[in-house]
Amino acid sequence: MLKGSLGLIALSSLLLSGTAFAQEKIKVGVTATLEGTYTVLGEDGIRGFQTALNVLGKKVGDKELEFVIASTDATPDSAVRAVRKLIEQDKVQILLSPLSGDEGIAVKNFAKTHPELTFVNAASGAQETTYVDPAPNFFRYNMDGAQWQVGLGKYAYEEKKYRKIATVGEDYSFIYTQVFGLVLEFCGAGGQVTNRQWVPLGTKDFASVIAALPDDVDAIYLGLGGADAVNFLNQYQQAGGKAHLMGGSIMIDQTILSSKGNAKNALVGTLAASGQADTWEDPGWQKFVKDYQDAFPPNKRFPSPSLLATNYYGSTMALILALRQVNGDLSNNQAKYKEALAKIELDAPNGKIKLDANRQAIGTNFVTEVVDDGKGALFSKVVKVIPNVNQTLGYDPAVFAKIGLPSRTVPECKKY
Amino acid sequence: MTRFVERHPAWALIIIIAVAVALWLIFAVWPPGLEEAVGRKRVFLNALFNGITLGGLYFLVASGFTLIFGLMRNVNLAHGSLYLFGGYVGYAISASTGSWILSFIVAFILTALVGVLLQVLVFRRMEGQDLRQTMVTIGLSIVFADLMLWACGGDFYQIQTPNWLIGPIELPLITAVKSSGEPVYLRYPLVRLVIFLASVIIGIAMWLALNRTRIGMIIRAGVDDRDILAATGVRIQIVFVLVFALGAGLAGIAGVVGGTFQSLSPGEDIRFLLASLVVVIVGGMGSIPGAALGALIIGLAEQLGSVYIPTYAIVVTFLIMVLVLALRPQGLLARR
Repeated sequence: MLKGSLGLIALSSLLLSGTAFAQEKIKVGVTATLEGTYTVLGEDGIRGFQTALNVLGKKVGDKELEFVIASTDATPDSAVRAVRKLIEQDKVQILLSPLSGDEGIAVKNFAKTHPELTFVNAASGAQETTYVDPAPNFFRYNMDGAQWQVGLGKYAYEEKKYRKIATVGEDYSFIYTQVFGLVLEFCGAGGQVTNRQWVPLGTKDFASVIAALPDDVDAIYLGLGGADAVNFLNQYQQAGGKAHLMGGSIMIDQTILSSKGNAKNALVGTLAASGQADTWEDPGWQKFVKDYQDAFPPNKRFPSPSLLATNYYGSTMALILALRQVNGDLSNNQAKYKEALAKIELDAPNGKIKLDANRQAIGTNFVTEVVDDGKGALFSKVVKVIPNVNQTLGYDPAVFAKIGLPSRTVPECKKY
Repeated sequence: MTRFVERHPAWALIIIIAVAVALWLIFAVWPPGLEEAVGRKRVFLNALFNGITLGGLYFLVASGFTLIFGLMRNVNLAHGSLYLFGGYVGYAISASTGSWILSFIVAFILTALVGVLLQVLVFRRMEGQDLRQTMVTIGLSIVFADLMLWACGGDFYQIQTPNWLIGPIELPLITAVKSSGEPVYLRYPLVRLVIFLASVIIGIAMWLALNRTRIGMIIRAGVDDRDILAATGVRIQIVFVLVFALGAGLAGIAGVVGGTFQSLSPGEDIRFLLASLVVVIVGGMGSIPGAALGALIIGLAEQLGSVYIPTYAIVVTFLIMVLVLALRPQGLLARR
């Protein structure tokens, strides 16, 4: 628990600045994975959150926002423990939580036991969180893993002419959702997914997984994140791997692209899709990148914000803007605030975002390719922008429901 | 050897058959039926080699742990922190000087120094109080983890593999035969073989030092009965400091090894502490050959498990631990 030193520093600075005024406060609890495999992701999420506070400020009418940060380690029980602590000990009224897929499902279920409070999802992207039995007080302003893969399968099939691919992914809900999005589109276009390998979250030694990769495929899709992705690439390079690669949203991300060492160079040219692209020309995005870069010294941040920073930024934005719309009115079990959250349309850095009936984001997706900027830094370059991606990925809801929920083997590789 | 065969003829037969099957699996070209049933031979051989090389790394960490326990009865739960510390030191040295070999030497010396400090400042003050030592080392491991997070951040660090070690080499083991009749040889990452070889050499050197030198004799005597040894006039505290330094230094070396073929990040300390605990429990607390056997078993179980039963791979190592605790609680190669 004590490991979130970054969080503690952030927290103490927030508390110090808050004590200067004796006025009514609104308490917000924030969780991030500041421990374990996804530490780097959590840290950058908090940077995105800080950037949003720098830009928007902490005032809502005559009230002041106060934030309490808690650390998790990407497991569902750690997330519930952190959220419970924030509610019961710190008496927060609003939550910005959680970061990772399995955590999201657990926190959504927990949210139902506190219908009077409001939960704004920070960055988690499992489909089930908002698709199955959604909680009325849980709002998600980022797309899910499947939405973040829209465009990738088609582009790989049509432009890159890949026909057969295999996947390697971490064995949990977010990656299931990502592979779900990929397989649905790639197989729908006529491609074949011959093999899906799943590894436990936190795997260090990938040598046997790498040896078991099939040779007779056009590309290998990697759905890994954090330390797992770095370890995989390192060992892939040592084993002399040369296949074409494709990447999931947290694989092709600054958290990996700016890791130390040279294993990441295996990713140059890798095709991926995500809710953002580092080199997008859009002025809103460029402004966000600049705000992020100005907020932290270069050695305390990535060259460009990661997907987690962007998600935390967007979620914090929604949380504060909706609160301002109702002028900080949290009376009557926060009814007015919840209504405002459901209706708000965000001009987020990564495109316009609005919510559907399940309080799930409809947003913009990006197909990208990894490029070297000539100085050794890697960035994801936009190759295609797809606006208005909804949770059923453009399928008729009835057809989509028949596909089943993302899992190790769902969806089947066929046209739905 | 012959006595073992005479006393346990059935077990000896089973072991001989198992070894013969393993050798056949490694050297023979697999018939198509077998490939269909259990997958390609390349995958099997890779998993096998990976298990053995991973076992090498586990051995490096666990041997120091077991040595310290064997002599001093200290369960040093900060052992994982020493591993991570060694790794970070190795990274710093290799990044600033570019020398991989030098990073081993510096990591060994610095972690050994930390070990000496631990022994002199902490363990000596609470000799014989197991519970207190355990609690203090848990506390220290949390403090160390936070200090390292503060100093190095949550980033992943990889120690640069020297150029002459990057890439695979071909081993004279046939994995398959092409339709043209041309054999396909196993390609395997060179760095892992070198690291495995190094851990074997360290293991043998340690065994020789313990069994063939005077200081080794003193240490073995200390493992058997510390009080009598002290009574004979040996300055046991110096021996303790020496052993603690060696055990800590080995953990530091292991950190550099782990940082080279895996990566370093917060949380690795606990993972390796847990791994060495399991290895030592399986092999037998305080026994070096036990640590080697335990490391080999756990490494193989993890790697073969991740290929053949991926869903349950995580459970396998603990299952082995439970079995050993149930059937032979003192560990496979413990003397008592």
